[in-house]
Parts: sequence; structure tokens; C-alpha cells
Amino acid sequence: MPADAPVSKRLQRSAGSIGGFVVVTLLTFIGLLAITFFIGRVVPIDPVLSVVGDRATQEQYDAAKIALGLDRPLVMQFFSYVGDVFQGDLGRSISTNRDVAADLTRVFPATLEMATLGIIIGVGLGVPLGVYAAARQGSWVDQIIRVFALLGYSVPAFWLGLVGLAVFYAGLGWVSGPGRVDIFYEGLVPARTGLMLVDAALAGDWDVFWNALDHLGLPAAILGFFSLAYIARMTRSFMLDQLGQEYVTTARVKGVPEWRVIWGHAFRPIRVPLITVIGLSYAALLEGSVMIETVFSWPGIGNYLTVALLNADMNAVLGATLVIGAVFILINKLSDVLYRVLDPRSR
Amino acid sequence: MTLLSVENLRVSFPTPSGPVEVVKGLSFDLGRERLGIVGESGSGKSMTGRAILRLIRSPGHQIADKMEFDGIDLQNRSERQMRQLRGARISMVMQDPKFSLNPVMTIGAQIAEALRVHEKLPRRAVRARVLEMLEAVRINDPERVMKLYPHEVSGGMGQRVMIAMMLIPQPDLLIADEPTSALDVSVQAQVLDLIDELVREKGMGLILISHDLNLVARYCDRIMVMNAGRVVETCAADDLHKAQHPYTQGLLAAVPRMEETRDELPVLDRSQWSGT
Repeated sequence: MPADAPVSKRLQRSAGSIGGFVVVTLLTFIGLLAITFFIGRVVPIDPVLSVVGDRATQEQYDAAKIALGLDRPLVMQFFSYVGDVFQGDLGRSISTNRDVAADLTRVFPATLEMATLGIIIGVGLGVPLGVYAAARQGSWVDQIIRVFALLGYSVPAFWLGLVGLAVFYAGLGWVSGPGRVDIFYEGLVPARTGLMLVDAALAGDWDVFWNALDHLGLPAAILGFFSLAYIARMTRSFMLDQLGQEYVTTARVKGVPEWRVIWGHAFRPIRVPLITVIGLSYAALLEGSVMIETVFSWPGIGNYLTVALLNADMNAVLGATLVIGAVFILINKLSDVLYRVLDPRSR
Repeated sequence: MTLLSVENLRVSFPTPSGPVEVVKGLSFDLGRERLGIVGESGSGKSMTGRAILRLIRSPGHQIADKMEFDGIDLQNRSERQMRQLRGARISMVMQDPKFSLNPVMTIGAQIAEALRVHEKLPRRAVRARVLEMLEAVRINDPERVMKLYPHEVSGGMGQRVMIAMMLIPQPDLLIADEPTSALDVSVQAQVLDLIDELVREKGMGLILISHDLNLVARYCDRIMVMNAGRVVETCAADDLHKAQHPYTQGLLAAVPRMEETRDELPVLDRSQWSGT
């Protein structure tokens, strides 16, 4: 890329790439809509039956079918569904009897808050541990980190959640128990973002803030541990690969201190694959961990989706799937943008 | 005057069937002259270069009776003291610029780093030195090249960048480890001429490691022929054709010449010098 290209040309090019980016994202999203919609119609669940119940008469059944618009051809149904989605209408949930969109704006932030804190813990600890293990390959520190990471792969989430609660809540009393805040703090701060910590901070209510953090800490740490295990393992293997490269020897020949050889030279190229790894584990956390949300009575999207599935509540299932899919698309696109920033070869 | 003195250098690597020595008791003295080390692949010549910088990585192991550079005992230096020597006093040009330059750092930043780890200089002075150095290695438009990444330059240019990076802190000894074997024949001579010129200009010592006898004979004063971790013969470059040792003679006989046609190149008869 010539660095001295005229500014207007560079602007033009970046405007072009932003335009292409929007179009591609939109197309991917419509593809996602199509897939979720058709899967939703193919599954052997009769949406009419789940509304009217199995004791309804044939007339009631037909009336409900027309009211739901299910008598129209599938393609027409799809187009009106896409139209509705773009207007923010995801239909009504039959299990909560509220708009799915409203439900999702309530449950998704709960998951988002937990997943975000979890991934911060996972990246904040996982990356340095992985780098350190690679730099000291074969040492006892490396062995401990590897065993620790292996635990993160093999321990079931619900077990760790229960043991965590038993030890740190029931036993030691270091953290608060299940739920997002203690019951007498509930509804004290207006839900502006749905993120309890942000809402409390915005309202300036620090009691609620610390209480919410107290509740969030343990489940987020457990989620963080699982992503840490994955991130540390991947970081370690990426780093080992880079540390064997010739340019690392070049840096040592120049007399560069070892910590800078590791962080300034070998770590730089692995940021690109690491972004993929981190993006994927963040997206996995945002799907909502049903186990952790159940153990901690966390009103998140994983819980919501499970309940909806068990109740054959197709609107809620489709809505939640859509949100999760959109999150995946967004994170993938974001990774693409970061690649270009971090790797000059991909520009 | 002796710049580097090595006595009984041994480099070994552990294997499941016991340690394997790749350098077996190497001794030589080097002044401010140009020494060529020749040998086939696996003869231990590259490991010798790295051992001088004490860059044999674990699990490899190096040991010597004496390794002295300009009156400094290299063996007793701490890792930190070694770092002060690396780059600043002893430097090494690596083989293939495609792999030996950091792919995600600009050329300017990589050259500047080599200077900055050894000298505290204001940003502007560093930049001026980098530009000056790039010009010294005959790079046109150094302002532009500074901002490029390694994948954006050719192999020959990459190697000139490498040379600039290794010479910018003005070392006394340059080890060139097969500096041209990854390059096209047409640019090999350019790069070697450049190394030769800069080394002479600054009165540095040079160790040129190569498997190419003719090349080493042309650019060096003295030649050391290595085989299986040992020196088999040392001679002045001009006397290479008078070499005594059967291994050297065998290598010389295997060099193809322009004016002749041979159906078959001779094969080394190893039984002549090794016991097996």
C-alpha cells in the first residue's frame, strides 16, 4: 500500500470498504433470517396448537391459524416476517405473553453483562498465562498452567457453579448468592441499559453497584475460567510457533531484552489469530451458558431460550436465535476490521 | 591484533540416544580480517556463528575452554551483559530476509530498534541515523522504504535492510550466516560487495559462513573448512587451490566450471578422512 496516496483517494477507498462492509453484513443477516425462519417452520411443532391448546375445536384452530397468518404461502410468510423483524417486531411470546423484543431487551443485557466480565477475566488472565507458559516451555510453571487449562476443558460448568456457590457463598460468605441483586435492591435504579452495573453507576447508586458486582463476580469468574482455559491454550501454541521463527533470533541478535523479544516481537503477529479465538469464545459466552444461568438463577438469554424451547414457544426461540446469530455476525465483522488494523499483510 | 579467540568450542544437543555434538572442539583466532567458514549442511558452521553470540537455545548446550572477544570473556558474562554486546559489538546477518525480518513491524521501526536498544538518542537523531544507514546500503528513497513492511520489498532489498539493521550500532565483528543463499544469483554479488565494502570501510572483522567455496575465496582473506563439527583445514584464500586435505579437495573437485562439460559430478569418498 503506498503511504503517500492522496488523502481524497484514501478516503474514497475507506468509504468504499465501509459501504461494502454494510452490504455484506446486511446480506449475512438476511441469510440468517431465512435459515432461522425455515428451520422454525420445518420443526414438527405446530405453532397454532401451542397457542390454542389441544382441546380447541377445529373452528377455533382455523381462526387462530388465519389470525397468525399461517394460512398464507411460506414465501409470503417469510417476507412479512423479514418486514416485521426490520421494524423490531419479533411477535409475541406465548409463554411470557409479552412481545419477544421486549423480553429480549430484558434478558440479553443480563447475559451481555456476565459474558463481558467473563471474557475480560478470560483474556486478562488467559493471554498472559499462555504467553508466559510458552516463554518458559517445559518448566513447572508451564506444567501448572497446562493442567489448569486442562481443568477448564474437562470440568462441567454446573458442577463448578454449584461448588463455587457452596464454597464462596454458603461456606465462606465472600460473595452474594444467585440472582442479579439482593431482593431489596431490585428495581431501585431505572433500567436504562439493562446492564445492572452501568445502570447503577449512571444513577449514582453505589450500594446497588457493589451489590450487583457481588452477585456477578462468581458466575462471571466461572465463565472467565472456561474461556481462560481455551484462550491460554491457544495463546501458548501460537506463541510457541512464533518463538521458533527466525525473526525472533534476529531480535535477540540485536540485543533486544527478552521481555521485549516476547511482547514486542513474537506477540505482535499472534494478535490476529488471537482475535479469532477471543471473538469466538466471547460469542460462545453471549449465547448464554444455560448451566451457569440456571445454577445462579440468572435471567439471561440462555435460560430464556431453554424455557421457550421446552414450551414450543417458536416466536421466542426464533427471536433469541436471531439475537445470538446477529451477535456472531457482529463479532466476526469486528474481527475482520481488527485484522486489517493489526496485520499489514492483509491490507 | 586478536579480536576473537575461540578454543575448543563444543555445541551439543540432547537426543533420546544421548547428546549429539554438532561442533566438536573448534579453535580459531580472528583479527580484523575476513574469515570464511565453509562446509556442507550440518557441518556445524551456523551453530559456530550462534555460539559466538551465545545464542544456542535450550536444550542445546555450548561449552569452550576459552571464548574471548576483544579482551572480554564471553563465557562468564551474564545474559544481561551479553545483550549489551549483541548488536552493539558483535552482530549477525541472517540467512533469509523473508523469515528473519518481523512481518508486522515497519522496516524503519526494526532498524531503529537495533540502534535504540544500545544508545539513548532523541527520536529525530534516530531517524536521521536510520535514513543515513539505508542510504549506505544503497536503498533509493529511504523515506518511503522506512514505512514499508518486509513483505513489500524484494529479497535483495530485504537483505540490504538486514545489513543496515545489523550495522547501525557500528559493531566490531559481523557474522554473516549464508547471507546470500536465499537470494537470486543476480543480486548475490551486489549484497556481498556491499557487506565487503562496509566491513572494509569500518575496519571490522567478518566471519562469512557459506557452503559456496568460490564465493568465500573471493570475499575472504582466510578460509576454514569444516566437516562434521571439526575444522579439517585452514588456509589463505589465495591458496585454496593448493588445499591438502582430501575433503577440501573433494569439495573443490565438485565445483562445476563454466568451460567444461561433465556428465557426473564426483562424489566425496568419505572413507579417506573419517574412520567409518
